[in-house]
Formats: sequence, C-alpha cells, structure tokens
Amino acid sequence: MQFKKSWVMTLALTSVLALSACGNNNGTNNAATNNGGTNAGATNAPTETTAPAAISGSILASGSTALQPLVEMAAEKFMEANADVDIQVQGGGSGTGLTQVAEKQVDIGNSDVFAEEKLKDADAEKAKALVDHQVAVVAIAAVSNPDAGVDGLTKQQLVDIFTGKVKNWSEVGGADQKIQIINRPGSSGTRATFESFALGQKTEDQGGSIQEDSSGTVKKLVGETPGAIGYLALSYLDDSIKVLTYDGVEPSVDNVIAGKYPVWAYEHMYTNGEPTEVVKAFLDFMMTEEVQTGEVVELGYIPASQMQVARDVEGNVTTK
Amino acid sequence: MRVKPKKSRIEKHHIEDFIGRSYMSFCVLLLIVIIISMVYFVASKGLSTFFSGNVSVADFLFGRKWAPEADTPLYGALPFISGSFLVTLLAALIASPLSICAALFMTEIVPGWGKKLLQPVIELLAGIPSVVYGFIGLSVIVPFLRNTLPGQGIGVAAGALVLSVMILPTITSVAADALASLPQNLKESSFALGATRWQTISRVIIPTTFPAIMTGIVLGMARAFGEALAVQMVIGNAPFVPKSLFESASTLTSVITLSMGNTTMNSPHNNALWSMALVLMVMTFVFVFLVRLLERRNKI
Repeated sequence: MQFKKSWVMTLALTSVLALSACGNNNGTNNAATNNGGTNAGATNAPTETTAPAAISGSILASGSTALQPLVEMAAEKFMEANADVDIQVQGGGSGTGLTQVAEKQVDIGNSDVFAEEKLKDADAEKAKALVDHQVAVVAIAAVSNPDAGVDGLTKQQLVDIFTGKVKNWSEVGGADQKIQIINRPGSSGTRATFESFALGQKTEDQGGSIQEDSSGTVKKLVGETPGAIGYLALSYLDDSIKVLTYDGVEPSVDNVIAGKYPVWAYEHMYTNGEPTEVVKAFLDFMMTEEVQTGEVVELGYIPASQMQVARDVEGNVTTK
Repeated sequence: MRVKPKKSRIEKHHIEDFIGRSYMSFCVLLLIVIIISMVYFVASKGLSTFFSGNVSVADFLFGRKWAPEADTPLYGALPFISGSFLVTLLAALIASPLSICAALFMTEIVPGWGKKLLQPVIELLAGIPSVVYGFIGLSVIVPFLRNTLPGQGIGVAAGALVLSVMILPTITSVAADALASLPQNLKESSFALGATRWQTISRVIIPTTFPAIMTGIVLGMARAFGEALAVQMVIGNAPFVPKSLFESASTLTSVITLSMGNTTMNSPHNNALWSMALVLMVMTFVFVFLVRLLERRNKI
C-alpha cells in the first residue's frame, strides 16, 4: 500500500510538472510575440555583422531536423551578442514546424519544403499568411554502393530505377547485381526534393525497398548493402559510398551555386506575418556574411546568399 | 463520511490528515483527467479519418496499399497492422522459451549464485535505451542475416530478433516472481512422492505457474507491439505485406515515427497516422484486458 501510494504521487507530481512546463513555454512564447515596438531602431541591413545591443525578447523555433543544427549554432552566437535574447530551437520535422507557426504556437517554423507544398486544400489559407525566409540551400546527390560499378546515371536511368523498371545494375552499365533501393518515407522533404528535381515525377514505393528517414542510417545502409542506391545531402557524402553524377554533372557546391546541378532545395524559416523586432533581427543575422560563410558552410549547407539562381514554389528557375 | 470530532478543537493531525487526503484526491483526479483526455484526443484525431475523409474503416484496416502522398491517396494500413502482429508474435516465440529457462535457472536450479549472476544482467537488459538496441541490430544482426540468409538482412526477421532481446527482461522477471512465490509444500510433496527435479519442474511447477508466465509473455508482447525506434531502424519500413521473413516490412509504430513530424496537423495523411495510433491504443487495451483475465485465473 505504501508503495502504491508513493507511486501514484510520483506519477501525479511528474504530470503536474510537465503541465506547468507547458504553461511556461506558452508564457515565453507570448512574451516574444508581444515584444515588438520597443526597438524601432533595429537594422534591416543583412550585411551588418553585429545586431544592436538593446534588443531583447525570446524566440521559439521548431521544425525541420535538417535545419535544426544550423539554427541552434546561429542562435547561440546571436544570444552571446545579445544577452537579453533567449532563443529556443526544437526539432519535430517540417510538418510540425509549419503547423506550429501557422497556429502561432512558435515564432519561427523551420521547413525543408515550401509551405504551399505541405499546407494544402483546407489549410491553403494558412500558408498565405506565412512569410518565407530562405536561409540556406541543401543539395542532394544520388549515391550507390561502391561495388555497383556505375559512375553516374542519367535522369531517365534514375527514373527507371526508382519506378522499378530497371532491377539490375547491368541494365545501366554496371555490375551484374540486383538493385536495392534505399528510399525515404513518402512524407520526407528530402524525398520530395529528389523526386521533383532529379526524377521530375512522384514515384510509388517499390516492394522490398528499404525506407529510412535518418541520413546517417541511409549512408550506413548504402555503404554496406550490396547493390544499394539511395540519395543524401552533400554534407553526408564520404568515401564509404559512391557519389553518382547526374546527367554527367557532378554534385558539387560550385555546380549548385552556378545553377548547373538541379537537385537542391531551400531551407526555409517561416514567420506568421511580418516578423517582430527580435525575430527579424535574428533572421537578418542568419543572412549575414558571418553566418552564411561560417556556420552554413561549416555544417555542409550552401549559402543562400551566394546562389546565382533562384527558384520559386512552382519550381521555375531564374538567374539572379 | 468521517465522524466529526466531538471536541470543537481541531487537532494538528486532523489538519495533516485533511491536507494529505486532499492532495491525494487531487492527484488521483488529475491522473484520471489526463488519461481520459489522452484517450479522447487520440480517439477524436484517429476517428476523423473516417468521419471527414473518404476512407472507410474496412478500407483502412484491410487495404493493402498505402500511398498517402499520391494524387489519389490510398490509406490501407494492413501492411503495418500485419507487420506489427508478425514481429510481436515472432519476438514472443523467440523470447518466451529463453525467458522461462532463465527464470527456472534462477529460482529452481541454481537459486544461489545463478540468481546473483543472472538477475543484474537481466535488469541491465531492461535499462538499455532502445536506440542502442536498434544500432546493435543495424551493426550486428543485419550484416549477419545478410551474409547467412537470403535477402538484405533488413526485414521482419531482424526486427523480431531485436525485439526478442528487448522483451526478454519483462518475461523473465514476471516468470521468476511467479516461480519464487510458488508454495514450497507443492514442490516438497512432489519430491516426497519420488519425482525427479525435471518431473517436478515439468509436471508441477510449470503447470501451476502457467497463467502467471502467460501474463509475463503478454506484458512482453505489449512492449514489443509498442516499441518504435529499434524496430524502425532494422525492419526496412516498406509499406507492403511481407512475402518472406527476410523482406522489408513496416510496423504501425515505425510508420508513425517516420512520418508524423513531416506531415502537417489535420492533413489527411496526418489523420491517417493518428488512426494507426488509435489501433495501437486499442491493442494496448486488449493486452491489459488479457493480463487482467490471466490474473484472475492466477489465484491458486
């Protein structure tokens, strides 16, 4: 009986704590959104390296786990320069980020895809209220097991492989080995990018294919599984896997910046309406040379500021 | 109702009593509210697939095709439901004999050093985080299966093997408790009749503790059914009903964890994931019900 009582107490206590923690979160959140107006003198110039010292408030960001490390590192730097600013960065996935920013639960929603691609049909109205801030670019390369015996693939060959038409590497000029597809789940932003810009079409899941969402796991599996093919962000490429050229173009940072290699997507930081003072200061900080050539490059992203081409939500590419 | 104290003076222990009791009632009430709201939340989100979407319950439960991002989305969850049941049953089949043997070893065969040695090891197994199991599965079990058996190593068999190790401690400790609580005179009378140790174990001890051992197995299966991360790493997650044990398949939990963060709230895809969560919750109720049923039979 004694044991049971204490057990119930502990459970109840933890739930009370958990509830109050949630309450706190909301509190800081409101504080952040109500903070605007005190620092009218904030700079708009993205090239400015130090933000004005008087900025204060708190920012809550959530969403894309691919973008999370970059935002976290930048936030740390920003908080060092601005002692009165508190930035919290959470993961949860692009869908979570977009939902939460659309419902004003967070100040910034991080996403790997355009909001219009996720918020569809009944939610399309919500997407219109969101303001897009493109802070970095992620390029994705097709990779294979080193023993597959292929250096590169054309767009048509990739389509044939991922739609299940071609099942053996010998059919695309490689070793006589069965092709093992290592895909991402249907909802993944990485898969959406790969399908739109490398394949040009959506693909159905093939029987016997493997699906993993974590890039680390995908790399491990492609490196170890005979005949495996998958796709990875450039920051994950190394010698354990074979990086395939796409239509003869090598997936490199320079080729992406110049607009020669098409398989890339923006990393978005969405705000609901125009950002408040402190949020704007942080987003401007993300676009400074300091972050764009520092953390962005360091973590394997491509600086959005250096891109020589731009792309809209429809996928139309224009030269800047 | 409490009898009112005859003296009008309120003693100190009355106040303590009152505070303690109100705090307890508050906690219990809060707990009930939390549980009810959780059940309500999962049910309301999970059912919206059927109410607001064009998906029928039969299409969802028995549909073999899962393509929520296609132009005409299909929400057939049979591959995941069958995958969940398959790995759970396989894991229980692998783990149960091992666990029962371990429990017998600890309580009947070598109760001294055997228990001292095995108990901490089994408790350790229960404490290892599931991501570690997943990684060991990916680094050891998957390459082993790939090199020795057909297929790519990743698949139902790998998932069941990883799960069987994870549920081993649950089944072992429940079975060991049941064996230890067996009245001593049952065994003594068996020995007195001239039965050997093996005869006593197989004819007396196991039959009398059978419902309790089954409780352990059901609890283990409940854990296996709800486990997400470790299975997700080794099972392959292809949305198909597997044709062999060495083929990539999915479980309900693996699909939920893979897709939940990438979909927006209230989108049909997201709602379909909640429907799967509802199936998981209903299955939890079934497991709890089974355990209760077994407990009732358990009383000797």
